[in-house]
Amino acid sequence: MTRAITLLALLALAGPVPGCASAQVDAPGSASRPAGTMSPSDSALEAQTTALASELRCPVCQGNSIQDSPSELAQQMRDVIRDQLRAGKTPDEVREYFVDKYGEWILLSPRAEGLNLVVYLVPLLAIMIGGLVVWRSVRRWTAGSSSPLQGP
Amino acid sequence: MNWRRAVIATGLLLPVIGLLAFGLTRDPKAIDSPLPGKPAPDFSLSVFAPGEGTLAMSIGDTVKLAEHRGGIVVLNFWASWCLACRDEHLDLSKAARAYHDRGVRFYGLLYNDQESSGRKWIEDMGGQAYPSLLDPRTRTAIDYGLYGVPETFFVTSDGRVAYKHIGPISERQLAQKLDSLLRESPGTQ
Repeated sequence: MTRAITLLALLALAGPVPGCASAQVDAPGSASRPAGTMSPSDSALEAQTTALASELRCPVCQGNSIQDSPSELAQQMRDVIRDQLRAGKTPDEVREYFVDKYGEWILLSPRAEGLNLVVYLVPLLAIMIGGLVVWRSVRRWTAGSSSPLQGP
Repeated sequence: MNWRRAVIATGLLLPVIGLLAFGLTRDPKAIDSPLPGKPAPDFSLSVFAPGEGTLAMSIGDTVKLAEHRGGIVVLNFWASWCLACRDEHLDLSKAARAYHDRGVRFYGLLYNDQESSGRKWIEDMGGQAYPSLLDPRTRTAIDYGLYGVPETFFVTSDGRVAYKHIGPISERQLAQKLDSLLRESPGTQ
C-alpha cells in the first residue's frame, strides 16, 4: 500500500506522462517561441518604454514615475509611449510629446537649462560652502592644538 | 567679527526662506497646462450619449473637432465615478442650451469609464443637454494633458485652446469665459 502511494507521488512529481501532454502545441506556422516570451525587438521596445516611463512623472500620484505608478492613467500613458516608439518616433520625440501636453512638470528630472539650473547648482553650491566651513573649522582646531604648550 | 557671521548667515538663509515661502503659495497638485494659446489637439470620437432637443446627435455619430472651425467648442472631461462632476452637471447643460444659438457647441468626453456606467449616470442625473463622446484608451484625454476630472477646455473659433478649467465649473464661470471669447470673435457662428 505504502509502495503504491509512493509510486503515485513520484508520478505526480514527474509531470505529465508522455502521450498525455496538454494541447499547448504550436500551431503550424506559428513562432516556436514559448508563450509569454518576447522577440528581441519586442524586448528592446519594452526596455525603451520602461526607460522613458521611468523619466515621466505620473499626473495622478505624488512623485511617482508612470513606470512605478499602478494607476490606470499611468498604464495608458505607458501604452502611448509604446505605441509612439513602435510607430517610429524617437525617445526624444516621445518625451517632447508629453512635455507639450503636460509641460516641463512631467519630467522627473528637469532639463539642465534656464531657471532649472538652480536645481542643479544650489546643491553643488551648498556642498562647496559646507566644505569651506568644515575646512576652516578643521584648520582652526589643528592650529589651536599645535600651539606650543607653556610650562608652569 | 560676529556681525560678519550674521551678515553671511542672513545672506545664505534669506534666499532659502524666500524659496520656501514661494513654495507655500503654490498648490503642488496643480499642473500648469502648456496648452492655452496652442492649437487644440484634434480628435474624432463617437457619440455614446445623444444629448437633448436641438443639441442632440445620434448615438454612433462621429464628432471631429476639425469640423468645428468658426465656432467655439467647450470640452468637458467627466466620469460617472467623479463626485465633483455632479456639481457642475446642471450648469454645463444650462450653458450649453443658452449658448447654442451663438454657435457654441458643448461635448462631454467620458474619462476612464464604462459606456454603460456613463449612460446610467446621465439617466440618474436627469439627462445631459449636450452629446457625450467615448474616448477609447484615454488617448484624447492624454492629448489634452488631463490629470483628473472634471476638466473643461474652451476651444476658440480658430481651433486654439483658450482656457483650461480644473475642477467643477459654475454657470457664472462658463458665461464669463464664453462671453469673453464671443467678444473676441464676434463673427462666431
